[in-house]
Amino acid sequence: MQPLALSHMCIVSSVGFGQDATVSALESGRSGLRPCRFESIDLPTWTGEIEALDNIRLPAAYAPFECRNNRLAEIALAQDGFADAVRAAVERYGADRIGLFLGTSTSGIAQTEHAFRARDKLTGNLPDGFHYEQTHNTGSLAAFMRARLGIMGPAFVVSCACASSAKAFGNASRMIASGLCDAAVVGGADSLCLTTLYGFHSLNLNSPGPCRPFDAHRDGISIGEAAGFVLLERTPRDDADRVYLLGVGESNDAHHMSSPHPEGAGARLAMERALGSAGLRPRDIDYINLHGTATRVGDVAEDNAVFGLFGEAPARGSTKGHTGHTLGAAGVIEAIISALAIRDGLLPGSPHTETIDPAFRGRYQVASERAKIDRVLSNSFGFGGSNCSLVLGRAH
Amino acid sequence: MRVYVEGVGIAGPGLDGWPAARPVLAGLAPYEPAPFVPRPIALLPPAERRRAGAAIRLAIAVGSEALAQAGRDPATTAMVFTSSSGDGETVHEILCVLATETREVSPTRFHNSVHNAPAGYWAVATGSCEPSTSLCAFDASFSAGLLDAAAQATVDDRPITLVAYDLPYPEPLHQVRPIEDLFAVALVLTPQPTARTCAALTITAGQSGVAAAPMRDAGLERLRIGNPAARALPLLAAIAAGRSATICLEAAAGTAAKILVEPG
Repeated sequence: MQPLALSHMCIVSSVGFGQDATVSALESGRSGLRPCRFESIDLPTWTGEIEALDNIRLPAAYAPFECRNNRLAEIALAQDGFADAVRAAVERYGADRIGLFLGTSTSGIAQTEHAFRARDKLTGNLPDGFHYEQTHNTGSLAAFMRARLGIMGPAFVVSCACASSAKAFGNASRMIASGLCDAAVVGGADSLCLTTLYGFHSLNLNSPGPCRPFDAHRDGISIGEAAGFVLLERTPRDDADRVYLLGVGESNDAHHMSSPHPEGAGARLAMERALGSAGLRPRDIDYINLHGTATRVGDVAEDNAVFGLFGEAPARGSTKGHTGHTLGAAGVIEAIISALAIRDGLLPGSPHTETIDPAFRGRYQVASERAKIDRVLSNSFGFGGSNCSLVLGRAH
Repeated sequence: MRVYVEGVGIAGPGLDGWPAARPVLAGLAPYEPAPFVPRPIALLPPAERRRAGAAIRLAIAVGSEALAQAGRDPATTAMVFTSSSGDGETVHEILCVLATETREVSPTRFHNSVHNAPAGYWAVATGSCEPSTSLCAFDASFSAGLLDAAAQATVDDRPITLVAYDLPYPEPLHQVRPIEDLFAVALVLTPQPTARTCAALTITAGQSGVAAAPMRDAGLERLRIGNPAARALPLLAAIAAGRSATICLEAAAGTAAKILVEPG
């Protein structure tokens, strides 16, 4: 594929607001995970919650969009000068030449959870003031962002569970290559809700403590919430400071709805396709940002796939111990973390991971470390067997 | 972007499969909206058949029909699924349980509630490791899916199958998001004409504010307005009639498409 510049980025997660706060957390090994206190939940699990989301409100003009997920997007837009950068791009390209491709898994469903608890006892009706289209609907994030940023090009939400916002990079690169738009805002937001906390609980996938990716004693995920957005542009490749999207690879496991292929066959196919799309070989990769959610079987499948394709060599690690598993937002926030790792020469570590599972092969990065990183491969895998790998790197 | 239609699948009230629906949509036979009765899906293994809800079955039915017409192995094309509301029944069940004291969500319901559940079941059923995506753009979900599928076919130079589906929510969500009846459509699109091409589509984007073409038949127009996936009906009518036409798909959430349809 033609490389696309990540010309502006913004990020929000439980480790902090904006790029600087994120880098400082990655450097110091700070985790955003705490025992779950979200709403009225009484599950023995930890979450990466952003407490400020309880207290902020959208500007009055966007009141119908009011929900935790769109508030999360709003906070992200305010970081790192992102909204202003997009508005400048709208001026430069024209509003209808910028696309909007965003990932989420549960959108604003927390709003509907509240509404179902407040149904009229006699009629069963939902309370007044519930705005389905602007909150619950999977497309609402794109509708909100479109209104907020004044974008008029193709706009939709990609909802492929935990691979959603990684896959949105693929949609954007194809839309730009097809000539339907000149630039794109790519990213996603996923926020805490009962649906995912109790849903993963029903599958016995929530860890009772903070998640410990690739640890011998790992026992499940910690759900987090996060948002991140990137302005992707076709700019000349000779800008040495910029990080570029170099390749995208997608595949399906064709194995099971909620368990990965044990050998990681689908994951390996996605990584091979991403390298192929970037025109690179496995030895060109300096760091692999693993999906690494800390489930028993998921980490094994990914280790099989990564070792099979890359062998021992490149450093690899999961940043889920910092942020938790942010589901539909994981793809974009880890793409941004990967870009920051390249920019700042920082190999992220893996907080809460203490004893690396001796069954795993290759160099798993437990503590953060300074290193020259030119190219990163970042993995995101989801329910339904949906796999996506991104290759990011400097121009050469 | 120019793509070619190689196969069509359709399911809806009085529109049971392309061979039966084609003369109706072409205006050669009257539209008689009988309730659509889904058939068991042979493609799904028994365990998945038991677990699959109506949305999954509907999406798989039209996808299989379109690929059979195209004469292609379902494991060989990439897929684009698009839906405004996904599996409303499953989401409703989860929301009801979450409003009770115990909040005991069924694990099968939970994994079926993801927007990409049909894509996951499709991959398991066909054994396809080819990429798929699952999109949503509220009332513009069909046009979003068509733009993405056409971009994939032309940029990646490969055949692709687009599946759009929408089903009604149970109450109380039906009241706030009324979706009338169920409707699903699938199109196999290729970047080059083939022996089975039945129409050529030239697609442009960004035509905001253009009016969508209504259906001449009042019953079909009710379906088009009432079900987001049925926004495809004017395009299907032009393909069915084998005539040239320019179709505009409305821009609810920002995605608009203008399609020039020509006989294949």
